[in-house]
Parts: sequence; structure tokens; C-alpha cells
Amino acid sequence: MLGKERPLAGQLSRRKFVVYSLAASTLTLAAPLGCDGARADADEPASSASRRPLDVLARGADEEMLVLEVTAANKVVVRLPRVEVGQGVTTAAAMLVAEELDARLVDVDIPLAGARAKGNQYTGGSSSVSSLYGPARELAALARAKLVTAAARRWHLPARSLRTKDTRVFAPDGRSATFGSLSASAAGIQRPDVSSKPKPASRHRVIGRPTTRIDARDIVTGKAKYAGDLAVAGAKPTVVARPPTLGGKVVSVDDRAARAMPGVHAVVRIPGGVAVVAESFHHAFKAKDALRIKWAPGPLVSLSDAAIRSRLRAAVPRLGSPPRGSAQTQEEFEFAFVSHAPMEVLTAVADVRAHRAEIWFSSQTPMDARVSIASALGLPKAKVAVHVLRGGGSFGRRLNYDAAIEAALISKAARRPVKLMWSRGDDIRHGRMRPASHHRIRASRVRGKVVAFAHSTASVSEADKQSGASAQGGAGPAVAPAAGPLPSDRGLYDFGRVSERSGSVELAMPLGAWRSVDSGTVRTAEEIVVDEVAKALGKDPVAFRRTTLRSKAVKAVLAKVANAGKWGRAMPPGQAQGVAVHEEYGSCVACLVEIDATDPKSPRVTRVVMAADVGTAVNPRGLEAQLMGTAMDGISTILQAGLHIDRGAVREGSYADFHYARQRHAPPRFEAHIMPSRRQPGGAGELGVPAAAGAVANAYARATGSQPRRFPLNF
Amino acid sequence: MPSYSFVLNGKPVTVEAPADMPLLWVLRDLLNVTGPKYGCGVGVCRACTSHLDGDEIQPCVVPIADCTGREITTIEGLADGDRLHPVQQAWLDRDVAQCGFCQPGQIMAAVALLKRTPRPSDADIDRIENVCRCGTYCRIREAIKQASRSR
Repeated sequence: MLGKERPLAGQLSRRKFVVYSLAASTLTLAAPLGCDGARADADEPASSASRRPLDVLARGADEEMLVLEVTAANKVVVRLPRVEVGQGVTTAAAMLVAEELDARLVDVDIPLAGARAKGNQYTGGSSSVSSLYGPARELAALARAKLVTAAARRWHLPARSLRTKDTRVFAPDGRSATFGSLSASAAGIQRPDVSSKPKPASRHRVIGRPTTRIDARDIVTGKAKYAGDLAVAGAKPTVVARPPTLGGKVVSVDDRAARAMPGVHAVVRIPGGVAVVAESFHHAFKAKDALRIKWAPGPLVSLSDAAIRSRLRAAVPRLGSPPRGSAQTQEEFEFAFVSHAPMEVLTAVADVRAHRAEIWFSSQTPMDARVSIASALGLPKAKVAVHVLRGGGSFGRRLNYDAAIEAALISKAARRPVKLMWSRGDDIRHGRMRPASHHRIRASRVRGKVVAFAHSTASVSEADKQSGASAQGGAGPAVAPAAGPLPSDRGLYDFGRVSERSGSVELAMPLGAWRSVDSGTVRTAEEIVVDEVAKALGKDPVAFRRTTLRSKAVKAVLAKVANAGKWGRAMPPGQAQGVAVHEEYGSCVACLVEIDATDPKSPRVTRVVMAADVGTAVNPRGLEAQLMGTAMDGISTILQAGLHIDRGAVREGSYADFHYARQRHAPPRFEAHIMPSRRQPGGAGELGVPAAAGAVANAYARATGSQPRRFPLNF
Repeated sequence: MPSYSFVLNGKPVTVEAPADMPLLWVLRDLLNVTGPKYGCGVGVCRACTSHLDGDEIQPCVVPIADCTGREITTIEGLADGDRLHPVQQAWLDRDVAQCGFCQPGQIMAAVALLKRTPRPSDADIDRIENVCRCGTYCRIREAIKQASRSR
């Protein structure tokens, strides 16, 4: 469709967003997506309406754009260059479009775009909604204006007299026409007779309304399709035998017994191990177990947690001298490795032929994946098609595309389509991890005021990316576009001279960005120190934050949770409240936690109250879900979920020993307060992690009278 | 290869499979019934949770030989045509799902719980072991309570 586009006449715009018309038999419009999470210009003065441009000459390819089509069947289709992994981006996108078009939400389809050649197709950094907010509304508003104009011409009525509702245009006399029936004629309209400016926030009826996920019904009926559910012709179940240690290598394979087993189609070696292609996953797992493989140990075989921790401690840069005459609060913190452990293990379907390849998987970085897969296969990029599927969770895991590269190599070697699935053991033992880190933080006080705040940290960084398949498949942890200075540099608190230094210990381990990335440890540790400083000054943690936080918005979310959570209420012995705040992605959040740590080895978070200011909350119900998820991440990473390294191998191998929270660890009472705002949207998906983690740690400290310094606590 | 007959979501089916083949792979790889998900293969995460003669099972650890002549219900068989089961409806009303991957298992576990215990307490709900990595537990609890009230 878009390959045949013919630009319509128009003029260049000075506006931040431009919307292109694409010649097609149905109304099809496109707008470029910013490369850096470009924000909608919500404050655009009303007067600019009069200067609104006509359609703009289409330049560049549809590749770079967000494309909206109104089909004859009265569906509004926007192929989204983002991935849905549970964060609700498809629902938010549908809401933006439905709002400006006055379409019914059920008439808006948001399929996921396959990998493109250029443009911004990155899902991460909590940037999706902020990057879509402007373009999606601009597109839909122009589409609406053209549809109204088409109806006006059909009915010979003034366009201004027409209304839109429920995916239809209505005339004052009650006549109506579906958008679908107007699409073809709307496609030919160059200059709409009504404004194509997005609505002012005061007229929003969809944006800001708590809305159920558009895929909720598919999910609860089992119809939602993930990579492993696809029926790609001939793609046979495939698993990989992996080494006992990280980065271990195959020395020799005796695959005679495996090959002789029924239902086994192929056994092939890949960099990460030995792959078995079989008739079912049952056959594949059994044949994998029948392989006799001699492994050479990986490079870390002499290394265990204790040594990693001491190397990290030694790698923390010096804090420097504190200001003369100041008193110090100095603390050290350690965080263990953490698995992403999305419910859906890495799965990729690959059909590699001599001169082309087709891959299906869930990816936050499909453009990079396509380049890497093409390179691994020795094919030109243009011959590799990457289909992006919904993911069963990600938390940063699907920034990397380990399984897709493996699937492609296996398909090539086995000369047949394959459906590769990592086992849960593969995922936890050889998958990526949040790096372990060590933190040294010093707050310097003079006359009851913090005059300097220094944070030095060291974390494990990934060395030797070429070794082993599990180290393939991605640009490493930090592929997020730089989002400005680190949170602590922004001066969340009025703490005088703020400094941050970081060191690292390079190890050949598969690492990856984990929801909220560095903030999940850096800011969590800082929030614990803030409580310590308050204690040293004899101040209440909320009162102290109230007087030292710089931003009004952060003070407001803190006040909200303190009020809603009845901060300071009397609690029985062994129980306590804790609080923490965080600011990032143009948003801020506060979290109040109540914990019952009567048994310190088996604490239960009994209540979580969060308040978030994310600017315009497109879908408050979705935002609440994201906050709820980050609360569970805070509970898990602080109290119980982590990975041990024993002699170069990950000790844990399933959810039986990687103790991500279950229902019995979830707070019986959870509430999220969304601060009203008409600001453009900030980021929300990762925002809550540091505040939740900090509040859990602070509550635990107050309940037990202890100073939690190594996380997870029960490990 | 031996063949096994059972009732799947109300319909009789017969499959040829090795006796030790877990029901999960019979469903997914032989019958293309993909609602039950693989999450661990060892009965821990419970993403595959389904029903055998109305009781909760984890098909990843139930061999097909144990299913002969019995009734298996997966998430696909829970609704009555277009009319959702009250637990599915509660899941929709509470917008429980995020990524959705564990939710078929969560729903089947909740249905089994409500069958055993029509008015479950918080402690009863706490005993659900199904993992939700997105952390939707609070909404799961609300949805179970709503479904319990609607009975």
C-alpha cells in the first residue's frame, strides 16, 4: 500500500508535527515519529490553528512514520512501530486515535509493525506514550477533518454543521455515514473545511478515562497469540542443550542416541550449545537430554558471589573529601543479580532459506535485530523480514534478541523452519540479568542541613560479548536513548553539592537493562540514605523529605501518599510504614508501604499506596497497573528475588528458587493515586520501581530496627 | 505409538502420542490448543493450569497416559460460546491482565478455587501459587472476590 504512495501537493510546515497524506484508495495518513521521544506540543497557542498547514509533501519513506488507515470495513488501523509486552501501549495508542477521530475504541486496530529499515522503532526508556502522543493525535485529527469534509460534500451541507461520534459522521437531520463509507472520498480531500487540530485537553473524553485493555478479551479467552502459539508452516519445536556454566563451550557431542529417537528431525551445533529440532517439544526435550556433550567450562568457573562482591566493593570509586566541618552519614549497599524472568520464555520462529529469511518474535529493538540477524546469516538486510509479536512480559529482556539469532542460525543449519523456545532453566541460567552492584553513599551535614551528597557505585558490566550464544543478541544493557543526566544529578533533593561516580567490574556474563535500569539500585539506595539522614537529624522521613525536596510535583505526590496512607499512624510492634519518592522520565512518584515483619525472615507487605504525576495519564487504569507491577518488583527485589553465582554458573533455575513474588507476597491493599495534569505525558512504565523498592526497604528497616544493606534480604 | 482418547473442551479427541508425553505438549503441539502456556515445565509457575475432570492440574507434569477417558478443560473451553464464564468476566471487569501470558492459568486456578471454596478468604487466595511476573496479584484478588460475589 505505502510503496505506491504518491505525494499530494502541499506546503512545508514549521509545526513540530507534520502529517502526510498518502495516495491510496482509502484514507491513509502518515506522521513521522520523533527519534527521541518527541513530545506533543500541548501548549501550542490557539492562534496557530489559523496558520495550520495543508497536507505536507511526503518526504521519506513510510518506514519512518506512524500510518493511519480508515478501511472500507470501518476499521481504523494504525500499524504501531512499538511492541506490546503488557505495558498497554496498544491500548494507549488506540485511545489517542479514538479520541481525535471520535471513533469507537473497538473500531481501532493496533497491529504491531514489522521491523523497518529506518526511523524510531524502539520500545524502551518508558518513552512510548510520550513519543506517540503528538503524532497519533495529529494523524487522527486530520483524518477526522477529512472524513467530515467528505461527508459535507456528499450531503451538500456545511462541514461545520456535522458531528462525529462512534466511528460515524452525523448530519443535523440525523443522517449518518460510517467513516469506512467516506474513506475513499476523504482520501481525495486536500484541504479540509474544518479544523484538523487535535482537541484541547478540556474536551478529552477518551484520554484520561480509565479504559480496559483492548486485548483483554483475547487474553481471558486464551486467544491472544505469542510467538510460541504461531503455526508457521513446517516450523518444528526446537530446544538447545546449554553448558553447565556461563559461557561454557562444546568440546564434543555424541548425538547418535538423540538422532535415533523418534520424532527427531535435526541436531545442530550453534555457538551457545547444541540444538535439537523435533516433532514436539516433548520429543525435543527428551532428545536434548539424550545428547552426550562434553563441555569446556566457561571463563567464570573460578568465580562465585563472594569474589564478585569483593571485586565490586574494590571497584567503587573514592568518594572524595567531605566538606570541612561536616558530620557524615555513610552507608554501603549491595544488590544481587536479578533475572528478568518474563513469563513467556524467549521464543522465536525462524524460516531461513538460501536467499531470504523470515523471523517471528517479540522485540523491543526489531530494527537492530534485523541487522544482526542478517549479519549472522550472511544475508542482505533487505532479505530479512522480522515480524514483531506481542510479548509475554519483558522488563527489558526483549531489548536483546538472543533467541532470534539462535533460531535463525538453527534454521539455516537444519535447512528447515524452526520454533525455538528457551526452557525456563535456559532463561534463568543463561539469560540476561540486572547487574549486581555495590554502592557507597555519603551525606554530609552541617547544622542540620545536608550540604553534600556523594554516591559512588560499581556494577558488573558485560565483557567478551562474542563468547557463547547467550552473550549474543544485543547491544548490551544500555541501548536506551540518553535521557539526560542521571536522576540524582538533577537535584531531586536540596542536598548541596551532589556528585556521582561509577566504576565497573567486567565479567563475561549476559547482562541486560532491567525495568528502571540503574535507577532501580541507585535511587533505591539513595532513598534509604535519605531515611538515615532524617533519623540522624531526629526528623520524620516524610517531614524531612517535604523540607528538602525541590520540586512541587514531587512534594505533591509525597503529600498524597502520606495523607491517603495515614503516614505516622500507630502500628503494632514488628510492623511499620516506609516511604520513598522518585523522579524520572518527566514524571514523579511516591510510594508508601506498610510491612509486617514480625517474622523478619518472612515479611509481608500489607499495604501499598502510590501516587504518580506523569503529566497527562492517557489511561489511568493502565497506569495503575504499571504502578502495581513496579510495587511487586520492589517487593521482590528487596525482600526475596535474586540470582546467586556459584563457580561460574547461575544457581537458580526456575521460579521455585528465583523467588519472584507470588500472591501471598502481594499487598492485600493496593491503591494508586493519579495526579491530575494537562501536561504532555511523561514516562510511566518503569517509574515506580525505585520508589517501591525504597519504601519496602525503609519500612522493613523501621519495622525491624535493622539496617538492610544487602538485597534481596532473604536470599 | 499408543493412542489416547479423552474429552477436550466438551469434544471427544484421540491422539497418538508417547505415553509419557506431558498433556501440555499434546495440547499445544499435537492439537494446536495454545491457551495453556509453557512457563517452566515443572509444575511451578502454573501458566499451563487447566482442569482434569474439573480439578486443577498442571498439564506440563501430567502424562497423556493419565488422561484416558477423562475430561480436560482448557481456557478455550471455559466460556459458553460468546458468554464468558463469570471468572473471565470478572477478569475483564477488573482489567486484570497485563502481558496476559499467565492469565489463562490464573483464571483456571481461580475457577478451581471457587469450585472448592465458593467464598474464599484472603488466606485462601494467598495459597494460589501461579506466578504473574507483571505483578497483577492485587487485581487477581479483586476479580476472584467479584466472581465469588456474583455466584
